[in-house]
Amino acid sequence: MDKREYPALRESVHHAVLENGLHIYVVPRPKYGQQFAFFATRYGGMNLRFRMGEGPWADTPAGVAHFLEHKLFDTKEGNALQIMAANGVDPNAFTSSNITGYYFEGSRGFEENLRTLLTFVSQPYFTQQSVDKEQGIIAQEIRMGEDNPDQVVFYQLMDALYAANPIKVRVAGSVESIGHITADTLYQCHGAFYHPGNMVLCVSGDVDPRRVEELAREVLPGGRAPGVETDFGPPEPREVSAPLLERQMPVAVPLFELGFKGDPAEGEAGFRQELVAELACEVLLGASSPLYSRLYEEGLINSTFSYGYEAEPGCAFVAAGGESKDPAAVREAIWQEAARLSREGVDDGLWARQKKAAYGGMVRRLNSLSNLCIDLAQSHFDGADYLSFPQLYQQIEKKEAEALIASWCVPERTALSVVRPKEEL
Amino acid sequence: MNVVEKQLVPGISLILAGTDQFKTDLFSVTFVTPMARETVTANALVMDVLNRGSRQYPDIQSLSAAQDELYGLTVTPAVRQKGEIQCVGLRAGLIDEGFALDGAPLLEPALDFVAQLLLDPLVENGAFLPDYVAGEGANLADHIRGRINDKRTYASHRLIQLMCGEEAYGLDKYGFAAEAEGMDPGALFRRYRALLEEARVVFYYSGACAPERVEAAVRRAFAPMLTPRAGDVPATAVVAGGGEVRTWTDRMDVTQGKLALGFRTGGIAAGHPLSAALTVANIMYGGSSNSKLFLNVRERLSLCYYASSGLDKLKGLMMVSSGVEFSQFQRAREEILAQLKAMQEGDFTPEELRVGKQSAVSAWRSLQDSQGRTEDYWLGQVCAGTWEAPESVMEKLEAVTARQVAEAARQVRLDTVYYLTGEEGEDHG
Repeated sequence: MDKREYPALRESVHHAVLENGLHIYVVPRPKYGQQFAFFATRYGGMNLRFRMGEGPWADTPAGVAHFLEHKLFDTKEGNALQIMAANGVDPNAFTSSNITGYYFEGSRGFEENLRTLLTFVSQPYFTQQSVDKEQGIIAQEIRMGEDNPDQVVFYQLMDALYAANPIKVRVAGSVESIGHITADTLYQCHGAFYHPGNMVLCVSGDVDPRRVEELAREVLPGGRAPGVETDFGPPEPREVSAPLLERQMPVAVPLFELGFKGDPAEGEAGFRQELVAELACEVLLGASSPLYSRLYEEGLINSTFSYGYEAEPGCAFVAAGGESKDPAAVREAIWQEAARLSREGVDDGLWARQKKAAYGGMVRRLNSLSNLCIDLAQSHFDGADYLSFPQLYQQIEKKEAEALIASWCVPERTALSVVRPKEEL
Repeated sequence: MNVVEKQLVPGISLILAGTDQFKTDLFSVTFVTPMARETVTANALVMDVLNRGSRQYPDIQSLSAAQDELYGLTVTPAVRQKGEIQCVGLRAGLIDEGFALDGAPLLEPALDFVAQLLLDPLVENGAFLPDYVAGEGANLADHIRGRINDKRTYASHRLIQLMCGEEAYGLDKYGFAAEAEGMDPGALFRRYRALLEEARVVFYYSGACAPERVEAAVRRAFAPMLTPRAGDVPATAVVAGGGEVRTWTDRMDVTQGKLALGFRTGGIAAGHPLSAALTVANIMYGGSSNSKLFLNVRERLSLCYYASSGLDKLKGLMMVSSGVEFSQFQRAREEILAQLKAMQEGDFTPEELRVGKQSAVSAWRSLQDSQGRTEDYWLGQVCAGTWEAPESVMEKLEAVTARQVAEAARQVRLDTVYYLTGEEGEDHG
């Protein structure tokens, strides 16, 4: 394993690439009582149409990645959840738009648990019968999501922002789409996306990096598989698909999400854009921005207001939302402030403070072993070096944030999604 | 980690949890006060109002600018319930000085910042600013009414409200929405003076700075409030239960039902000899993915999307929370109770006991990796009137026997059943 030092953050990252293409990152933290292991594939809710090497394109129903996440816990010896719980850890997993990750955190039996994790994720073991049974459980989970106003307001925003990008598709699929998923579909997608060359293993805590590498080599298949390519649809138009989408649900106060459609960027440029966009959010919408105080004092937003940048293949956007009596007034105020910043520029003092605060926030995130491992995995898939953020903050210039605001926060690139209480409308 | 509590003056203490494990420091100030109908809303609201602006930093913009300058110092009003005790205060998070790009000290400026929020508020004619009180009151009211958005926690909250309606425990720790909206700025300020002068106060620090330095910084920054007081920790009334089971149904436009069951633990609460056994019993029953509820109600019978149990160790309660299809309500209820009966009859294997104990111990071991949870733990110790290190709790858990688990489970009695169901359909229970 090679070792890379990040003296400013007092971290060292051990890294190896196995013959089968698997990347391993280990960050030892001997003072922690626990270990965290994260084993992830670059496969999520958006990877619906794909091909292996130069093979034919295959279309799959929405929700396969998430369904597979559930079924991989089945093993010859029983459910991996119970096997690992019996050994002192509660493993878990999540499926996002472009990642499926399996992890556990624990303070004992690390090697045995890591072996189990690598085994159950890499060796599917399920039958049509067990797949049929899972349909009911996942349908319940989908229904629970349909009752969740935060999820509804988010996906409604995706529908408003995008014409065809698969970020619109619910990660878990619909009750209808998962009805088309069979054991064969799951085996096919596992074969395509779960070969080690498409995966990453990140470990942190009280661990020996060499043992992690040895175990991965021992458990996982040795050969390389052909690469898999996903079709994320045609490039998106610059403008949003619909400026406003609304619906009613049993909520106390209207919930809204405003989206500003941006331009996708990849690799190191993508990571830099992420940091720039987050700083742009702070100077435009953050608690020390002039706009935030005004909106808060006028009662147009409250402490639920939050915002952030998100980028997935073929799409990038800034979203801001929370509870508001008058979401359209919030939108109007943000447009005006964005226009002012584009005209007059961002205050130098505000900019310097925001860089300090953003850097502090990134340092703080490193406390958590799970954040660290998941962020390392995501940046590995994105082709970026996550722990390079202290240097990037030194380089990033104010005009980058100003240009981003001027280009994204304009009416034709803005969509508003609202969930209103039942009695309104 | 060696954690010590040091009295600064009678009724006010500083807990020092020195460690260089983290990249951050956590500092908190907490007022420990009884949950009471008359004061619950004002106590919950006052930290929000203080965090809204001070004489030095009169608005959000200037407050935030000062925090950004300290590498994004976070200050969060915290309202917590520990049994029948309401803990209100401010929690601050800052990066360890070693990561500051300009090498300047951060501890003293951060403590000064928190101190001026508490000790130099914006006050006119003996009252907080009416605008700030009205604004934060409206936000708190929205927050209280917004509980309905998350049906899972809403169902648990409704259960407690119905089950403990006659007890201080049944109060919402955030108080009452209507009171929050109509709060009088003068009355709120008087309530705050009372907290400052009379309540038990706990300062807490976790981080790499030397204890002497932290104590000196606290004594200097908070000098005006370091006055002796009785500072008794309020008591929590533990009800043994065993009366008639009550049932309640709420109707709402939901696609998935919620079933919540509330139990009394027969007087087993903090400090009781069977406390560790009940902790293990709860984990075996519904507190992990190897529990009886998870394996039987969710996995084997597919009756629930989720089904889990939890304890309030100070109040002596156990709660089961589950997500259920409407048509399965009765079967789910029967099966949840059947699994409890199995626990009470000692119908579990040595392996289930081993795994339950191991899982309980792991949960405790994980505490040391979280500054926030560790702080909450020690605050809980103050509220329980105990001072037991996590290591000692773990030893007790390891020593629990099968007989004790069954005995603890036998003290658990069903009190209240709550259904959240769709707008159509029959009544339950």
